[in-house]
Amino acid sequence: MVAPVRRAATVSLTQDIWRRFKRHRLALFGAVILLVIIAGVAIGPWLWTVPINEIDFNARLKPPSWQHPFGTDDLGQDLFSRMLYGGRISIAVGLAAMTIAIVVGTIIGAIAGMSRGLVDTFLMWLTDLFLSLPQLPLLLLIIYLFRDSLKKIVGAETGVFIMIVVVIGGFRWMPVARLVRAQFLSLREKEFVEAARALGASRLRQVARHILPNALGPVIVAGTIDVAAAIIAESTLSFLGLGFPPDIPTWGRVLFDAKDYLDTSPYWALFPGTLIFLTVLSINYIGDGLRDALDPRRVL
Amino acid sequence: MSTARRDPFPALADQPLLRVNELVKHFPVKGGLFGRTSGSVRAVDGVSFELAKGETLGLVGESGCGKSTTGRCILRLIEPTSGEVWFEGRNVVGLGREAMRALCRDMQIIFQDPYASLDPRMTVGAIVGEALVIHNLTKTETQYRERIVELLETVGLHADHLRRYPHEFSGGQRQRIGIARALAVSPKLIVCDEPVSALDVSIQAQVINLLEDLQQKFDLTYLFIAHDLSVVEHISDRVAVMYLGRIVEIAPARELYTTPRHPYTEALLSAVPIPEPGLKRTRIRLVGDVPNPINPPSGCHFHPRCPKVMERCKTESPAFRQVSGGHWAACHLNDSAGLT
Repeated sequence: MVAPVRRAATVSLTQDIWRRFKRHRLALFGAVILLVIIAGVAIGPWLWTVPINEIDFNARLKPPSWQHPFGTDDLGQDLFSRMLYGGRISIAVGLAAMTIAIVVGTIIGAIAGMSRGLVDTFLMWLTDLFLSLPQLPLLLLIIYLFRDSLKKIVGAETGVFIMIVVVIGGFRWMPVARLVRAQFLSLREKEFVEAARALGASRLRQVARHILPNALGPVIVAGTIDVAAAIIAESTLSFLGLGFPPDIPTWGRVLFDAKDYLDTSPYWALFPGTLIFLTVLSINYIGDGLRDALDPRRVL
Repeated sequence: MSTARRDPFPALADQPLLRVNELVKHFPVKGGLFGRTSGSVRAVDGVSFELAKGETLGLVGESGCGKSTTGRCILRLIEPTSGEVWFEGRNVVGLGREAMRALCRDMQIIFQDPYASLDPRMTVGAIVGEALVIHNLTKTETQYRERIVELLETVGLHADHLRRYPHEFSGGQRQRIGIARALAVSPKLIVCDEPVSALDVSIQAQVINLLEDLQQKFDLTYLFIAHDLSVVEHISDRVAVMYLGRIVEIAPARELYTTPRHPYTEALLSAVPIPEPGLKRTRIRLVGDVPNPINPPSGCHFHPRCPKVMERCKTESPAFRQVSGGHWAACHLNDSAGLT
């Protein structure tokens, strides 16, 4: 154990968290990688101006070269610009779906954990129900039912985006809810929560100031795993023809398109695969680092 | 001598700060397929006592005898099943949420475990200052800070501890933080729930001395819960002994230690080690365990373990009666001694 460092009196909580985060090597590494990827997909399409859908049969299935850094697909489309463009959607879907899963899961878990009795029983029954539903057929049904009406309201691309995010997030909150509930059940009986109650803290204050911050560690880690799952779930949907239209090259879509050419053009699958892998891994490390940085008990 | 149960302490009765009357807490035991209530744990089973302003009442008993539950019921951290808790002429049990919140400024609690009782994610300043925020006790940021520093210094900590986290402190220091938190609202009554049981003996003395100093300084009243009789003897004016959810004896501290009038108290006292090598006292060994509070024994709750058990103890519950001035006990032996 390192002796506790006496901090300067001006260090604020956020500064402290940042200081502790920086000591977490892998997390910092993950943050850098993720920033590079995000910056790439955000500004990349302006710098690399090759159109994503320019078909050139003379350049079919070309391996990486200076002209096409990631090679070309079976229609001779430049994979690098497709990756840059599709990455926006993949990452946005992942982050948005994770946010929905975490927010919904935390709210439901918190309500269940705090209320006990009938409300708790009902919410856990609902969670189990969602866990046991056959997800894929239901996804298909929901998408068939709502795709067209949503498209009319907010336009094709945004409509599909909203629907996919809601559907993926809406089917991934259950583990978070169970996790949060379990944490709440144990934390609410802790003496420091009882002390807050004895001081006259309202229920909301007990939850917001004492229970939730102490429950969040595992939730953050679960959330980062959800990002990965959401990116992959989106590609499944795209594969089934239910996600984004086939001409929008999300990473998952490109990966699935590549599967028939694995033996002749492995690079086609390698690049989207590596990008998904790197994104997911770096988000995971960031989650690890955040969890540790937010926990003052850890000596970092 | 009066034997009326309603008013056990006439000498103190003019204006007791706290008056607990027939307090009962039963925890339902659920079992079976449909979670039916199959019985109840009688954690607190009709406890009555009074607490004068500035007094310290020690509450002792074995683990599981209901002493902590009693303390928490008084603060309504646990909702009592029945009974009354009168604090300054108001029955706490019937109070609504807002009135109860206001009452938190008069009654506080210090916990047993200094590790579990401080939020690990809050700085010491935030922990001590929380009550100030909840009850809007300070107007400005500077006042807030000054008050926290004042509280920390009152309990023997330093101003620069403010930004540290609980895990950076030792057990004794953490207990001081807990005390500072309780003091923040300037309470009148503090329930000390085994505040030194988790500490080293040397630290125990420090914390007890601190509690005594604070009592003098702020005119505090303590309900001091403990299972260690020697600790209680030092700090208490009066001591109440609990067994299986009931008070079996209550007396001024000195008297209880010299002339106990209940066999259970005698047995407890005989178990206190004498700090003198070679000196031994005759141990009264209690056989068996504390009976299950779901199904307490008939008659006197103590009869299965009592070394002086008589036939009537098995059927007849002894009345809680005064054996001498301010000394009350619930034992049939006191009847045969010609006392009423």
